[in-house]
Amino acid sequence: MKKRSFLERAALVPHLVWMILFIVAPLLFVIYFAFTDSGGSFTFSNITGLSNYADIFLISVLFALIATVVCLLIGYPLAFVMSRLKPSAQRVFVLLLMLPMWISLLIRTYSLLAMLDNGGLLNALLEKLGAGPVKIVGTPGAVILGMVYDFLPYMVLPIYTSLSKLDNKYFEAAEDLGCNGPKTLFKVALPLSKSGIISGITMVFVPSISTFYISQKLGGGRFDLIGDTIERQFLYNNARNIGAAISLVMMILILISVAVMNRFGDDDGGELIV
Amino acid sequence: MKVLSRIYMFLVFGLLYAPIIVLVLYSFNKAGTFNTYSEFSLYWYAELFRDSVAIDALKNSLILAALSSVIATLIGTLAAYGIHRIRSKTVKTVINSVTNIPMMNPDIVTGVSMMLLFAAASAIPFLKVEMGFGTMLIAHVTFNLPYVILSVLPKFKQMDKHLTEAALDLGCTPARTFLKVELPSIMPGVISGLMLGFTLSLDDFVISHFVSSSDFKTLPLYVYNQTAHEVKFSMYALCALMVFAILLLMILVNFAGSDGKKANVKKHKKTAAAEK
Repeated sequence: MKKRSFLERAALVPHLVWMILFIVAPLLFVIYFAFTDSGGSFTFSNITGLSNYADIFLISVLFALIATVVCLLIGYPLAFVMSRLKPSAQRVFVLLLMLPMWISLLIRTYSLLAMLDNGGLLNALLEKLGAGPVKIVGTPGAVILGMVYDFLPYMVLPIYTSLSKLDNKYFEAAEDLGCNGPKTLFKVALPLSKSGIISGITMVFVPSISTFYISQKLGGGRFDLIGDTIERQFLYNNARNIGAAISLVMMILILISVAVMNRFGDDDGGELIV
Repeated sequence: MKVLSRIYMFLVFGLLYAPIIVLVLYSFNKAGTFNTYSEFSLYWYAELFRDSVAIDALKNSLILAALSSVIATLIGTLAAYGIHRIRSKTVKTVINSVTNIPMMNPDIVTGVSMMLLFAAASAIPFLKVEMGFGTMLIAHVTFNLPYVILSVLPKFKQMDKHLTEAALDLGCTPARTFLKVELPSIMPGVISGLMLGFTLSLDDFVISHFVSSSDFKTLPLYVYNQTAHEVKFSMYALCALMVFAILLLMILVNFAGSDGKKANVKKHKKTAAAEK
């Protein structure tokens, strides 16, 4: 028995070393840089200086929130409809939903840009119709559309997963007991798929709030989101301390919102899973 | 109601696929514009393959993905073996939550945190850390690890533990038991972890963006550079090729996998990430 526990411990060693060196240490460096100036002495000025970036934080949260809500509004009915199909049809549509997830985000965003850009397909068509080019790229709508387009499958899949586990009898019972369509949706389906909704919201909100490629491409460089700001501070401005401070605050914001959401989902979600 | 829901599905999937389909169609357009479709040709594909930088980037991507997924699978499988046997619940929770950090954190934070680590390490004279293949490899192994552990750990849990006990009672050493009894039954998890790591590594742009240098570019980094300023139709050709490759891969995996289980791994990973 003793020998065995030696192997057990040895098996974990490479992973523990890797974890400490490349997961824990980098995060400690983020904290260290966030609280020091470029000379390396302790300061709060990076954190207090973040008030200059308040509007960037605000607009990023706003864009990400709108994108998340739109994804939920489009995605929930889709997940619901999918979960009520024949099993064979369900498999096909799940695959169709996953295919875009496997295609690089750069490519999907770029293909959307090809549609919406000034020389893009949509404007080429509009010009032929005599409607002239319409400026789409560079508007807030284009950035939000990009987020919705890129992250919609991440909303649909977890909701679909939790809905597809539900027995059809729930809905039959609700109808037998006099629920109409919308009432079945709000009183039966929605509460029973809460865990899926929460996963979906997290999976859309987190990449939306931290993106920089989408805003660079579809925002035409006119929108600075948190991701753009972090990228610029690290790669072009050589302002690592400020960049680290922004990253730290964003990370904490996300951790808090995920924790709150999970708590919110836990209060009566526990027994439903069984 | 049924008709309405069909229309709705058709609409959403149509919008989801329209840009990709358009991009693939126009990658064959010799005119290189959206205004006219001059003739169907492979002109832009030929253009792409004349670009030696693109070919190098593809090679780099494949090497990096293969190496990082193999290393992550080795470390991760051993780690899952160890984690499965930890008796203390607190220790287990701590290790699991730290392991999952790269999966939970936005990619950009993982990217900049590693960049800071490497920048700090480069200050140590005898280490000679430079951004490039080495730093990319470390970063890719790091973000692959949680996904490998996530696919292997459930297999350990599902395993009949009496088998292990029987092997030990019959005189196998723990190492031999692992190789002869446990490894075969966790193999599906190991393979899906490996495949998942390979695709994630191939796909990664954000983290690589922060830990790369100009002399080691992967395909996503190349695409990023090429799309920075102007629209190039050879990029559409490249994108179309990638879409074809993924389509082929998915079809293969679906025919090979008994019930599409492997294709579900990505979904599994994403939901698991959010549920943790």
